[in-house]
Amino acid sequence: MNGILAGRAPRRPSALEWLRANLFSSVPNTAATLLILYLGWKLAPPFIDWAFTGAVWSAVDPLICRDRQGQGACWAFVVEKHRFILFGAYPYDQHWRPAVAIALLITLYAVSALRAMWRPRLALAWLAGLGAIGMLMWGGVFGLPFVENERWGGLMLTLLLSTFGIAFAFPLSILLALGRSSHMPVIRLVSTAYIELIRGVPLISVLFMASVMLPLFLPAGVSIDKLLRAEIAMIMFAAAYLAEVVRGGLQALAHGQDEAARALGLSYWQRTLLVILPQALRIAIPPLVNTFIGFFKDTSLVVIIGLFDLLTTVKVALSEPAWTGFSVEAYLFASLVYFLFCYAMSRYSQGLERELARGSAARTLREN
Amino acid sequence: MTKPWSLNDARVRAVAYQLLLAAAAGIVAWYLVTNTTRNLEERKIASGFSFLAREAGFEISETTFLSYNAADTYLRAIAAGLLNTLRVAVIGIIIATALGALIGLARLSRNWLLAKLAAGYVELVRNVPLLVQLFFWYAVISEHLPGPDNALSPLESVFLSNRGIAYPVPRPHFIHPWLGAALATGVALAWALARWTRLRQAVTGKPFPAFTAGAALALGLPLALYLGAGAPLALDRPVLSGFNFSGGAALSPEFATLVLGLVIYTAAFIAEIVRAGVLAVDRGQFEAAHSLGLSRRHAIGLVILPQALRAIVPPLTSQYLNLTKNSSLAVAIGYPDIVSIANTTINQTGQAIEGIAIIMLVYLTISLAISALMNWYNRRIALRGTKA
Amino acid sequence: MNGQTERAAKTPIIEMRGVNKWFGDFHVLKDIDLTVTRGEKIVICGPSGSGKSTLVRLVNGLETHQSGRIVVDGIELSRDLKSIDAIRREVGMVFQQFNLFPHLTVIENLTLAPVWVRRMAKKEVDGAAMRLLERVRIAEQAHKYPAELSGGQQQRVAIARALAMRPRVMLFDEPTSALDPEMIKEVLDVMIGLAEEGMTMVVITHEMGFARTVADRIVFMDQGEIVEAGKPEEFFAAPKTERARLFLSQILGQ
Repeated sequence: MNGILAGRAPRRPSALEWLRANLFSSVPNTAATLLILYLGWKLAPPFIDWAFTGAVWSAVDPLICRDRQGQGACWAFVVEKHRFILFGAYPYDQHWRPAVAIALLITLYAVSALRAMWRPRLALAWLAGLGAIGMLMWGGVFGLPFVENERWGGLMLTLLLSTFGIAFAFPLSILLALGRSSHMPVIRLVSTAYIELIRGVPLISVLFMASVMLPLFLPAGVSIDKLLRAEIAMIMFAAAYLAEVVRGGLQALAHGQDEAARALGLSYWQRTLLVILPQALRIAIPPLVNTFIGFFKDTSLVVIIGLFDLLTTVKVALSEPAWTGFSVEAYLFASLVYFLFCYAMSRYSQGLERELARGSAARTLREN
Repeated sequence: MTKPWSLNDARVRAVAYQLLLAAAAGIVAWYLVTNTTRNLEERKIASGFSFLAREAGFEISETTFLSYNAADTYLRAIAAGLLNTLRVAVIGIIIATALGALIGLARLSRNWLLAKLAAGYVELVRNVPLLVQLFFWYAVISEHLPGPDNALSPLESVFLSNRGIAYPVPRPHFIHPWLGAALATGVALAWALARWTRLRQAVTGKPFPAFTAGAALALGLPLALYLGAGAPLALDRPVLSGFNFSGGAALSPEFATLVLGLVIYTAAFIAEIVRAGVLAVDRGQFEAAHSLGLSRRHAIGLVILPQALRAIVPPLTSQYLNLTKNSSLAVAIGYPDIVSIANTTINQTGQAIEGIAIIMLVYLTISLAISALMNWYNRRIALRGTKA
Repeated sequence: MNGQTERAAKTPIIEMRGVNKWFGDFHVLKDIDLTVTRGEKIVICGPSGSGKSTLVRLVNGLETHQSGRIVVDGIELSRDLKSIDAIRREVGMVFQQFNLFPHLTVIENLTLAPVWVRRMAKKEVDGAAMRLLERVRIAEQAHKYPAELSGGQQQRVAIARALAMRPRVMLFDEPTSALDPEMIKEVLDVMIGLAEEGMTMVVITHEMGFARTVADRIVFMDQGEIVEAGKPEEFFAAPKTERARLFLSQILGQ
């Protein structure tokens, strides 16, 4: 502070000063620092030994791992089983297809993340991409052998469940949010009832409901695919949560916008599509991305109804008698995969939030 | 002049839309119901809730406050599941709040190490699905803890093994209900004391350390009674017999996993809520409080905390709801909560619709209760003049 | 020819007879009778809470009246959606808070309604919009976003946006109240220019200088009633009612 008053720019603190200010500034602070350092010194070496230096990295024979059980992590399990974990029961020689599909999907996401690409053309790109992924996964065309979707599994299935889930849930959620904000009591009641009902119960019960009750709802003889049942459940679930996020965006919108649009003579749907929704959705983007991250994590629940997502394949891989007992390594690996995806998405969301806030803040500053 | 019933009339149009929606919903409902009744008949599945009076025929590995055996009814089984769920939820909420608040404050700490560690914890836990974390902790407990004969004993008579956590409980003593009564009396007196000191301060301006005095009362009364009765200290200790511990009480590995996983997961979210709530209070508030001469303790308690709580409570109750709903994952690790038991019931009776309806009813009731509580609290503390 | 123009000039374009409005139990407009003829410039003034804003918003259907009759450009205001749409095409409104669409550029703000409501061709609309922007002296900002403009510039864009629909009547709800003092003049200049071109205008404002220059009639409202109405010279020099005198002394005393 002195520096500013004296007209000089404040100089960067030296390492010693930084240590004093941040780690040892007061008695409780010092105590905490010392405690943390002590714990680190006691706990880190055994963990590093178990996880890295003493670990078994590759071993076709699980007995080698068993010899070192408790002293060294058996990452060989992951190395041996990674294909199954990533691609499920997909035919071994066709693994390139889900691999390409995963790469394609990740590329689509990465491209959609750039604000410069937010144009109607992006929707076309997605349609084309999803169509290509469908062709790759199912096959049956262009000489690719057909692979029924019961054999899809692992990371591919997790990504597909999330992507299609959000894709279909999003328009439904917009309708629900508009419905809940409507002046017509019946529409408002139906929308509110749906949203509150779904949000009040755990996802597991919605999954049970779909997998057990949907077959009952259909006429005799018509059967519905297990994957489709799970996807319907996920869509119904996501739509309710997304609807509340969209509604938040609608409420944050200045009241005058709707008035100005009405004064210009625009009809309800013209106002909503041209003026209200573009602004409301823009406001809602950060919480929307956060909801998507939560949704991505929620797909792990399909293990409970027997669908082969990433978590299920890990569990099934563990059930092979030769490889039981290495659950910790297996779940650490699963955690790592989920963490990579979710952390990337959450950093993106934070960056996006800063960018959007900065944009509007900078412009308001200029006004004043 | 508009013709009556013209579709261009705004009111007529609104009614028409709503009738259309109601009709469509009605048709869909009729279609679903007819299909369902036909399918149920074909599969010879009964309808109605009469199955609740039948004998359940399955065991439940642990119960809360309720005794149950396989000869009891389905209704009793479901009640046991509900109590198990509530037990996990209540304990989980209390511990998660405490842990979450600590970590949230740690993130705001001036100590760089502490802040970064807390931040790392939050980022790690929030980005891994809860179910994976539950499986992980279950694996740690069941695969990496020693068997009962080699159990870890961090405290006297407390044993950690892959069969759970065994701990001693006091032997039943006639003084116990009296201790409970003494505690209740102490709390009531402390509350009355708080009211009296507030009034006194309003009239005379003299403050009174109501909090410390009240705490002393609430804890001191039972303590005095306890010491007066000769400080009975008979404990029922867990003792290794055969392959497991007998005596004392035990937390099953499933319960321990569920609570541990739920607490660690939810605390990360609560930490962020606490942090955001504290940061939401304007910097200027602190400065104003200090310039008025308030001590740091008073500034925090009278100015900062009430405002921070306003920002914290709504999302906090939402996390409580999440924790309660997430406890349904118990079915995946074998803890007999309401979803587990309802699931077993469905498998045995085939009455899926009734079973799922029961699950949803239970959770909806809990959700509504927590929401109502939150709304009541929000109204009480709402800043006058701001829109809710 | 002269007779025709004279008669056309005297044609009422807004007619209100016995109009009442309640917000719940609150009687916000009491038995309003008001006629505005084509080409007339009306300034409505009065203390806050007098119902001026509500009155003006009745004209384009942003608020609804519970009793009485309102006819705008020959169309009666009722619950009939077609008639409300038709009226809104002919009536333009400028708001105190500008209410520009922040996600569209200036020129997109102008072309939105003509394209979607009047279904005009985009090229035609673009040309007309640029000419309008030139008229309000803001053509160089055509491709900027509203948040990048000053308050005075935004309000001028708002006026142009309303004009883009080629309305017969322009309503102004305190157009300069939200502006910093140095920007009020540029907006008033645009409004004066509009008045000189013969636009029918209903303006709620406290800018008495503007009222003196432009208004054909001043309407003074208080507590939901039209208390006084008359020529500006008469109103400012010798208000007939006590309430009007009180109001003028408060406003002009500043």
